[in-house]
Amino acid sequence: MAVAIRTDADPTRKPPGKPSRKPARKPSFIGSVWRSTVGKKAVMAVTGLIMLAYLVAHMLANLKVFLGPDDLNGYAHWLRTLGEPFLPHEGFLWLARLALLTTVVLHGVAAAQLSRRDLAARPRGYAHQRRRASYATRTMRWGGVILGLFIVWHVLDLTTLTVNERAEPGHPYENVVATFSTWYGNAVYITAMLALGLHIRHGFWSAAQTLGAGRPRRDKALKTAANVLAAVLTCGFIAVPVGVMSGVVS
Amino acid sequence: MRLTLRIWRQRGPEEPGALTTYEVNGISPEMSFLEMLDTLNEELILAGDEPIAFDHDCREGICGACGMVINGQAHGPERTTTCQLHMRHFADGDTIDVEPWRAAAFPVVKDLVVDRSAFDRIIGSGGFVSVPTGSAPDAHATPVPKPVADLAFEHAECIGCGACVAACPNGSAMLFTSAKVVHLNSLPQGAPERESRVLDMVGTMDDEGFGGCTNTGECAVACPKGIPLQSISRMNREFLRAGLKGGGRAD
Ligand code: HEM
Ligand code: SF4
Ligand code: FES
Repeated sequence: MAVAIRTDADPTRKPPGKPSRKPARKPSFIGSVWRSTVGKKAVMAVTGLIMLAYLVAHMLANLKVFLGPDDLNGYAHWLRTLGEPFLPHEGFLWLARLALLTTVVLHGVAAAQLSRRDLAARPRGYAHQRRRASYATRTMRWGGVILGLFIVWHVLDLTTLTVNERAEPGHPYENVVATFSTWYGNAVYITAMLALGLHIRHGFWSAAQTLGAGRPRRDKALKTAANVLAAVLTCGFIAVPVGVMSGVVS
Repeated sequence: MRLTLRIWRQRGPEEPGALTTYEVNGISPEMSFLEMLDTLNEELILAGDEPIAFDHDCREGICGACGMVINGQAHGPERTTTCQLHMRHFADGDTIDVEPWRAAAFPVVKDLVVDRSAFDRIIGSGGFVSVPTGSAPDAHATPVPKPVADLAFEHAECIGCGACVAACPNGSAMLFTSAKVVHLNSLPQGAPERESRVLDMVGTMDDEGFGGCTNTGECAVACPKGIPLQSISRMNREFLRAGLKGGGRAD
């Protein structure tokens, strides 16, 4: 049976031979990226890699704790004067904080939106279940939430010093020692760093896939790089509480 | 062989379904999984019961019509289609669970049959090349370098079975869509629509309610044609490239 979808009498039909003068508006790049699952994942990958780069710098700076109070405190002071006189005092620091806040919010919002969509796309699982994927892959969502909570705690502990009882502003070395002199300070921090290692183990490789760098021949190298990055960051960060606990740093 | 089967039975799209247990006898190891189901269906028909509905067509692993989740694995324990899976991969006395593809975008029609027309709509939005028709072109009119031809052919192998969607914890169609996009985007014949193809096919994929990719990798493990996981990465690159180029549409 033939069904006429459009007849000449169709009022919505454009008059023949007269192309519309206005071409369809080009969708904006940012808008179409954020709307699509592929684009939103790319936002997660880019923000994740920015945070990862920051964490490498942060870890290296933390290791200055082994060089003594003057070195670490001097570095903290230098950070606040960076960019002067072109930037005001602490100007660079606030720019970096703003950039990091933006990346973590974008990353978290995209993760939440994509996760909701993913769960809705598989409303019913299989009665016969199998073990799926690696531990790091399966824990990206809850591991991410743990990292988000840790970031809040970490800022309250060593930036605003709200939850750090024996802390003094301007003395990061002493404050770090104070944090890792409590059992809960060590427990929270070490748990979070193990979660970070897992997140990066899947995240770095995943970001390479998302941004279009994944190829069968390159897969092993990318996975190795992800594992090395995860191990170096986790060990580097955990060295500080271990140093305080063992008395190497006091 | 004697087997216990627990098969998903569902009368229609809106009906509730349940796993129902059946016993079958006299299954030979050289039967295919579908022939085993045929044997069961003959018994059901003789007993006056409704036979189990399942999709199938070529039964030689090339059409992509068949597909069911066997013991939690799309197409069962071997890397092949359900029609090419043989009963020798099971042992006498086994209990086998058989369920339909599970994804929001693939609603169950009846028993093990799901509606995969969402795939057709993804294809319709970009899985084609524009060619002059009417006269046959010379076979060598458009030279294609060997590595490019190999890459395109590897991806042309996708039979649209949907096992990738069924295996994915997010019900994502990224492996299927990437097979189509990489196949056509790597060839010179596909170049005129290179940008619009990937943007439109990904757009339709999202609109159809498939989930996003979390790089879990279950799809590539389930794919009977061995489409590699990294094809998704190739498609991501095409997508980002097309977006940066403004989608290949004229201003
Ligand atoms: C607010 C806290 C965070 C949350 C809620 C979160 C959550 C997530 C989720 C759900 C994914 C996707 C996983 C998947 O697709 O399987 C992901 C990926 C990723 N995360 Fe995070 N994460 C957080 C913090 C971080 C941090 C601090 C880093 C820095 C190293 C990071 C780096 C990455 C990377 C590189 C990816 C891979 C992106 C991709 O798959 O393309 N995340 N995150
Ligand atoms: S990519 Fe593989 S699993 Fe997915 S539809 Fe194509 S052949 Fe089937
Ligand atoms: S029936 Fe054609 S591929 Fe299985």
